[in-house]
Order: sequence, then C-alpha cells, then structure tokens
Amino acid sequence: MCRIGAIKSKNYIHPSKALTLMRSMQKGHDNSGFAMVMQDLGGRFENYKELPILSMACTDEGTKIAEDILHDIGFSRIMQWNPDISPDENLDIEPMPDYVFQVLHYPKSFKYAPQEEKEELLLETRLKIREALEATDDGYIYSFWPDVLTLKEIGDPTDIGTYFNLWDEDEEFTAKIITAQCRQNTNYDIVRYAAHPFFLQGYTALANGENTFYERNKDIQQSLYKGYVGFESDSQCFLYTLHYIHKMLKWPLSYYKHTITPLPFEEAQLREDSEILMSIRGALNNLEINGPNTIIAVLPDGTMFNTCDAKKLRPVVIGQTDDTVVIASEVTGLNEILPDRDWSTDIYTNERETVVITNELEVQRWQQ
Amino acid sequence: MATMKVNKISRDDLDWKISYRPDRCTLCGKCVAACPFKAIEVGVEKRRKVISDHFTPEPKVEFKTIPVIRQVVNEYEFCRGCGICERVCPNEAINPERNEDARFGAKYRAVCADPYKRGGRANLSTGNRTLDKLRVGRISQMTDPSLDASRHTFDMLAPFGRVLPAGEMPFEIQNGKLVMNDATPKVNWIYPIAIGDMSIGALSWRMWEAMAIAVAYLNEECGIPIRMCSGEGGVPVRLLKSEYLKYTILQVASGHFGWNRIINAMPHMKELPAGVLIKIGQGAKPGDGGLLQAKKVAPHISEIRGVPRADLLSPPNHQGLYSIEESVQKMFLSFNAAFKFEVPVAIKVAASSTSVSVYNNLLRDPYNIVGGFFMDGINGGTGAANEISLDHTGHPIVSKLRDCYNASVHQGKQGQIPLWAAGGLGQSWNLAADAFKMMALGANGVFTGKLMLQLAGCVGNDGGKCNACNTGLCPVGICTQNPALVKRLDIDKVAEHIVNYFISTDYELKKMLAPIGNSSLPIGRSDCLISEDKAVADRLNVQYSC
Repeated sequence: MCRIGAIKSKNYIHPSKALTLMRSMQKGHDNSGFAMVMQDLGGRFENYKELPILSMACTDEGTKIAEDILHDIGFSRIMQWNPDISPDENLDIEPMPDYVFQVLHYPKSFKYAPQEEKEELLLETRLKIREALEATDDGYIYSFWPDVLTLKEIGDPTDIGTYFNLWDEDEEFTAKIITAQCRQNTNYDIVRYAAHPFFLQGYTALANGENTFYERNKDIQQSLYKGYVGFESDSQCFLYTLHYIHKMLKWPLSYYKHTITPLPFEEAQLREDSEILMSIRGALNNLEINGPNTIIAVLPDGTMFNTCDAKKLRPVVIGQTDDTVVIASEVTGLNEILPDRDWSTDIYTNERETVVITNELEVQRWQQ
Repeated sequence: MATMKVNKISRDDLDWKISYRPDRCTLCGKCVAACPFKAIEVGVEKRRKVISDHFTPEPKVEFKTIPVIRQVVNEYEFCRGCGICERVCPNEAINPERNEDARFGAKYRAVCADPYKRGGRANLSTGNRTLDKLRVGRISQMTDPSLDASRHTFDMLAPFGRVLPAGEMPFEIQNGKLVMNDATPKVNWIYPIAIGDMSIGALSWRMWEAMAIAVAYLNEECGIPIRMCSGEGGVPVRLLKSEYLKYTILQVASGHFGWNRIINAMPHMKELPAGVLIKIGQGAKPGDGGLLQAKKVAPHISEIRGVPRADLLSPPNHQGLYSIEESVQKMFLSFNAAFKFEVPVAIKVAASSTSVSVYNNLLRDPYNIVGGFFMDGINGGTGAANEISLDHTGHPIVSKLRDCYNASVHQGKQGQIPLWAAGGLGQSWNLAADAFKMMALGANGVFTGKLMLQLAGCVGNDGGKCNACNTGLCPVGICTQNPALVKRLDIDKVAEHIVNYFISTDYELKKMLAPIGNSSLPIGRSDCLISEDKAVADRLNVQYSC
C-alpha cells in the first residue's frame, strides 16, 4: 500500500515535518523509500525565487554530463548546495554518489525571453539531461524549475532522513509546501523515477491508488506533449492530465475533476452545462481514471488540492490550523504534526469533491 | 449389367439427405406442406414381399404400392437442411441428414453455368474463433477491488459522431466556466452495441418491425439506449414520422433505395434519426454489391424502395466515389447539410488489408466530417451473395480492428472517429463477451445483425444449414416476403426475445466490467486481456498466458 502526505504552511517548514507525517503512517506503507518535492523555498534558496534549480542524484560522471549540457545551452551556475550526509553501514538506503542542487542563471539570450519560452527551455534541458543520464546509467534528474527542489531515494524513510540529516531542523533548508511519499512504486520495477511526487513545469502530483486506465491514459498522453515521458508509474498520468488541462488547454481547475472522474452520463445530461460536460467526456475520454485513487496536487501558483476517484475507494483526510494545512492518507499523520487542531473540522474528501487550499490557506470545497 | 445415368444429379450429390422412416409416418402431410423449398414430395413406391403362409414353405410374391414422402432431387428444389420437416412431424418420422460426401457445389455449377448463390454466412473456418482465445485475465483484487455488477452503477455509452480533440473544442472561459462559442460536430451517446444494418427486403417486414419494436422497448422501458440501423431498403413512413425515429440509424448505400421516401418524410419528422450510416462495403461479401433477388421484391418492397419488381442490385461501388477525401466529403456534407448538421454521419466498410490506410486518411481529414468508422468482418451475414464471395473473400475483424485502433494511437487521435466493429460477434451466443473483448482491443462499440435473426428463430448455422436467405423462401419467415411464410413469425415473441437477450447482455457486460474494477467502458484496455494462444497474443499485443 501507499501513503501520501502534503503540508502547506504560511511559514517556512523543515522536511522533518514531512518525515514525521509519513513515519506516523508507516504501518500503511512498505517503507521502501522516501521522496519529496519542496516548493516555495526558504533558507538558502529564498533569494533565488526566479531562477531554476536543478535537482539530481547521480554519479560524478553524471554531474559532468549534466553540467556540460547546461553549459552548452548557456546556463551558468550561481549557487550549488550538496546536502550534508551521514553515511552509516547500518542505514537501510541505496544512496547515489552525488546529490546535486544547483541554482542556475538562464542563458543570456533568454534575458528578455517570454516566460513560456523559458519554461520550454527548462523542460527541454531537463529531458536532454535525462536522456543523457539514462544512456550511460549515470543518474536521475528529478526537476529543473524555479523554486522547486526534489529528493527521491530508495531505502527506509527513517534511515534516509538520518542519512541526509533531515531529522535535524535547519532553517536554511525549508519550504512552504512539501509533498511526500514513503514508498517506491512496487507495481513495476523499483526505480527512482517511479516514486511520487511527480513534477512537471510547476505542477506536482502524488497519489495513492491504482490507475486502471493507465494504458489508455499513457497511449494518449504520449502524443499530447513532449514532456509526458517516463510512465514508470501509472500515477504519473494524473500529473500529465493536470498539466494538460490546466497549462496546455488553460481550462479552469474545476475541469480536472470533470476529466478524470466524469459525472455519470445520466447526471451530466441533466445539467445546465451538459453540452460542455459531454464534449469533455468525448474529447478527453482517454484521460478518465477509473481505479481507486486519491490525488494531491500543487499548481505553479502554490495552490494545493485534493480529489478522489468517483467510487471513493481511497480515503484521505485534510486538517488545518491557522497557519498550516496538512493532507494525509491517515488521520494519525495529522494527529502527529497538528495535535492541537480542531479535528472536528477535518475534511474527508468525498467522491465528487475537489478540496482546494489557496495560498491564504483558505480551504474550499468544490462540488463537481 | 444394369444401366445408369452417371451425369444425372443424384441424392448422394446433395448436401442434405432426407432420412425418412415410413414405419413412423402417419402420412399427415405436414412436412410436405411446411417445406418451402419443395424439397420433399408425396409419392408412391412399389414394394415386393415374399411370404409363405403354409406350414411348409410355399413362397409367394406379393406386390404393394405404398404412399411415401420422398426427397426431390434436382438443382433447384433441393433440401437445405433447415429441419422444418422434422419440427412439424408429430412422429419423428423425417429429418434431414448432412451428407459428408456431397458434391453439390460442383454439380450445380456444371449443370446451371451459374455461380451458386446463397444467403447467411461464411461456412468455412468459422469454428476456431479468435475472440474465444481471449480472456479477461486482469482481475482486480487487492489494491483495486472488483466492483459488484449488481450494486454499482455502470456508465456504458459509446460515441456516435465526430469527436473533436480537446484543443479544437470552441471553448471560451466566462466567469471561471467553459462555454461553447461555436458549433461542434454532433455526437450521440448510445449503447455500445448497435443492431446492424439489415434492410426491409432482405428481412421480412415483420422481422424488421419486430426489431424496431424491441429497440423502442429497450429504450423506453429498459433504459438501454440501443440503436438500430435501417439497412439500405427504406424505412416505413409510419416510423419516419414517429417519435421512435430517434432510435434508428438511417442507411444509405450505393443503390440509394428508399431515400425518396426518407427525403419526402423529412418535413414531417418529429425527431431526428440517430445517425446516418453510409455503407461502402459489407464484411460477408466485400467488394460485392447488395443483391435483392426479384423473388423477394414483393409489392410493399417495391413501394418502400421506390423501384419496380426486378433484381435489385446495390452496385459494389458508389457512383462518384473517386477518392476517400473528395467523395466521402461530398456525401457527408450533403447528409450533414440535409439534417442541418444535427445528425452524425458515419461510414461502414468491409474489413480489409487496407482498412488502416482508409482509417488513417479519415482521421487526418481536417474537416471533421466522418462520425464513425464501422468495420464489418468476414463472418458477417448477408441476405444473398455468391457463395464464392461468402466463403473466399473477406478479412477477419479482430486483428483489423486492433490495427485501426493502434493506428489511431500512433496518430494520437484515438476516439476521434469512433470505431465500431462487427462480423461474427455473438457467434458463440455470447455477445457481451465478444463486445467487451473488442472494446478492450480498441472498439468504441460493436454492431450485430445475424444474432438477431437467431434470436428470432433462424434455423441456419455456420455449418451450411439452411442459409437460404437469398431464395425468398426462408422457412421461418425472417428473410422472405412470402405472406404465408412470414406468418410463421410471431412478431411479439421475436421482439420479446431480442429485448430479453439485451437485458441479459447488459448485465453480462457489467459482469465483465466488474472484475476489472471499471465502471465505464474499457476502450483500448488490452492490458486486461490475456491469450493462451501465442500467435493471437503476439498479433493483438496482449499478454500471452499459459
């Protein structure tokens, strides 16, 4: 089984919070890894909000491959941070030789480039590095995007925390949004790319469940956008669909739910907007999901949301205080890191709901 | 030595021999009266008996003339094995028996200089069905629980109409909502199984009407939004002007039979038809046109089709169809325009080695005209065809459907022109299983024709039994216009059986969806199929299991 968690706070928080959240649910997952995406970064990254950050785990050769590619394109390094590590042979972890977190300047020719061009450049660069690393099996590139940092590793989550000193609070390594998961995907091979959360151009998604329409989703997504690659996990499809609806088609977020879990025909046909709903059903039929799922996602502007599959076969709970909202697969996670919250206001997202957390931490419940 | 006539057709040449047991026969005459083919007759036979009624043998010869039922042996009135004689006989005194040593096919051609024609279905290689070598092998259990077919709701509708990709939808955002700011091609969402195109003419009017009644009942009373295609033979005006027209897909083929009436009825239509299907080809006799023999052109058929009593040929090609793009476009635009772009227009073709090219071209059509690609495979049925076409031309549907779906995936256009497949579906009597497997291989829906006839009481089969649909002498009143024969058909029973079959099929479809954990149709979900046949698995790209 899989457990997922997400924290969105008005204050900068340290990944130890995410580790604590996940560890409290450890009986529900197989403790085969830890992966997190940090967004809206504080600490040592706070002053580089506009500049892309490279997140990689690789060999020395992999670092060189990536740097050569970046250099050729015209990126220049501004800052590099390597996490302090505490190797111990008793730790259950399969570490990579290098963990690279670099802040880079865009190539000079992109100085006045529109935002969209920069975004395409970042994607193409990441795909190029990914391809090069894969060719020689020299590592993994998880994200290359402003204000985003990704870490994924195989092993016991507690030990991974120890290895990276993530248990020790550190004001220099914080973010306002952290999404995390503690299980390497076991449906297929254990590969780092298969670990949630998945990230693409400012969009993050992680899920608990199974995508029974994986083949259909994948078949169509492969031709929708060059960034839809990998498919090491069936849950990547949720991210790509979100990206497609919200970024490519520029539809309002509420249509994500209409796409992945369309209303039954009978209901849709009775609605005022039935023409739109039926058109979406036709056009995006291949992006429907039909298995049990709960999805947590983050948009480029920091909005976080949760939604479930239509048969509500996967639970999730959302709890909040004045300055923090936490989404977790199990309520034990909330109890652990938000012990003083008013639990009577906890939200158990229902099958036709999208629960949206704005940057002001307003929690909205949208009914499909 | 006795003389004999070698070249004369004999009983042993025929495909079916009548087995007659005079000791059980009461000479009631029912079998002779019931046989529409005049393949049996009443006759007299001489019997010679040697008896002795003395205590020492004193043999005497006694001659008797007795009445019997005997088989007619000629090239025109031959037994087709329909078995009606056996059905009407109160004493089990008569029945047809398959003659394994038959050579009728050779004799008929040699004597008549005429290609042998029949109706029905292909009679070669129909036993070893590909669909029966596929199974649903991906069972949802732990992480993705199965559903309960009785308790869960299922969403089983398929598109009929051109589906635009999301990026081409004329959407506009107003107040955070999408609104439509232009017209889009019409898409009707219908049950994923449609009743295939069989014309009035090929079918008796009662059979056709029974199907129409069943379809209306399924829609109005059972919540199963099934559609029926008229076939190319016109539609009764009463139906054209009724509210039930919305359940009918009108067909136009190369003969354009019946369209005068349809066009004349347009101003009086209360409802739009469910769609228009342009028939280019047919799976049972690809490359061959439709053929309604004069003997089936009864007065009402003449009237409904708007033609005199003569052999009615739908040519194998559409006049003016010179290229996929140009002529299909012409036809489509005219039909689209006729119904003010409110009725989806699709085409039906015979499956062929070239189907993928055609489908690819249609998918690339920038005008978004084609509202469906109906493909009919070799095991489809027909009212009449040359036997050589039935048995030796055509393409199986399963791999071709898969190829077309894969081609659409390759283009990233899957689902934009809905794929509907047919050709021998339900041959093992389970339409739900066949439909489900075809959908998992990429079909948006399937259509079925022959099976409806079986439900109505057709006595034919794929082993050459009966298949006399072309003769106008259908022994059960399905494919004939002969009033006496048509009366054999109980129209209410036929409708009831079709309705009941679809109620079962609907539930059985859910029983297929439930174990894979899906509440909506698994189009293209070939991951849920397995095959124990390596060649089938490889060809269709599904998991090989053993």
